Amino acid sequence: MIVYLLCSFLFVLGLYCLVAKKNIIKKIIGIITMEYSVNLFLVLVGYRARGIAPILSKGADKAEFIAKSVDPLPQALVLTAIVIGLGTIALMVAICIRLYERYGTFDMTEIRRLRG
Amino acid sequence: MLVLISLLVFINLGAIIAIESKYLLSTVISIGAVGFGLSIVFLLLGAPDLAITQVVVEILILIILIRGTVTLDNTAIEKYRDTFAMVISLIFFGMFLTFAYMAFKALPEFGHPLMRVSREYLQHGVEKTGATNIVMSIILDYRAYDTLGEATVLFTAILGAFVVLRRKGRKKIGEKDTTKVGIPGEF
Repeated sequence: MIVYLLCSFLFVLGLYCLVAKKNIIKKIIGIITMEYSVNLFLVLVGYRARGIAPILSKGADKAEFIAKSVDPLPQALVLTAIVIGLGTIALMVAICIRLYERYGTFDMTEIRRLRG
Repeated sequence: MLVLISLLVFINLGAIIAIESKYLLSTVISIGAVGFGLSIVFLLLGAPDLAITQVVVEILILIILIRGTVTLDNTAIEKYRDTFAMVISLIFFGMFLTFAYMAFKALPEFGHPLMRVSREYLQHGVEKTGATNIVMSIILDYRAYDTLGEATVLFTAILGAFVVLRRKGRKKIGEKDTTKVGIPGEF
């Protein structure tokens, strides 16, 4: 239980950073933190106590492997999510660099004020 | 268990430092510490594929973020500190944590996963797909369409980043072909 709570505390930290900070890079950092915590939570749900990685070695017993292996399905889905997160973060940083060129600041309120 | 909890506390401390730090460069470095700690946690949880991917992705994120911040404005913004919004958001996040606690009680206990679908994969994965790594057999065989969709999303995101970053969209009528189009060396 305390592991789940620490994981959701990480999510709350990211959400706080996304909502309360004015700097755009800080907002991106918040999104990254939230993404990490969600990935971590999915892997934590699939963990088996004293489990082994879901890789079948050569001379291993099949029944023992099934009884001891951790859940491979969340791992496969999280593997997809990690790579997609990299692409979206690259897009966000690119937009930030363009905004900095246009307005000369990372401040959210300044960017809003200069509009129109 | 103790190692896992201490690593999670380390990750949380790194995130707090990243959020509250004054300089953007130290923020980026702290988020790197968070990512590498997360990769060690994945290794402890029996997910070596995830640990390797997390290390690679974390290095790339660090490179991208440092590229975005280091040559530009490097200080945080301290002008408008809205205490009212901060207090309200902290109250709501406390409520979020409370409801999350109530939801976690309904989950299966930590260390005893429900493995209804995965049992099938573990049992017949090696015969059906020929891969001894069950995670890889799920990604590349059972759920290969998911991976195809991932490749599409990744392609679209990188294409979007390229389009946003390029210097010049199209050339004028009389212009020569030698004008720089694409990601320039310096901004």
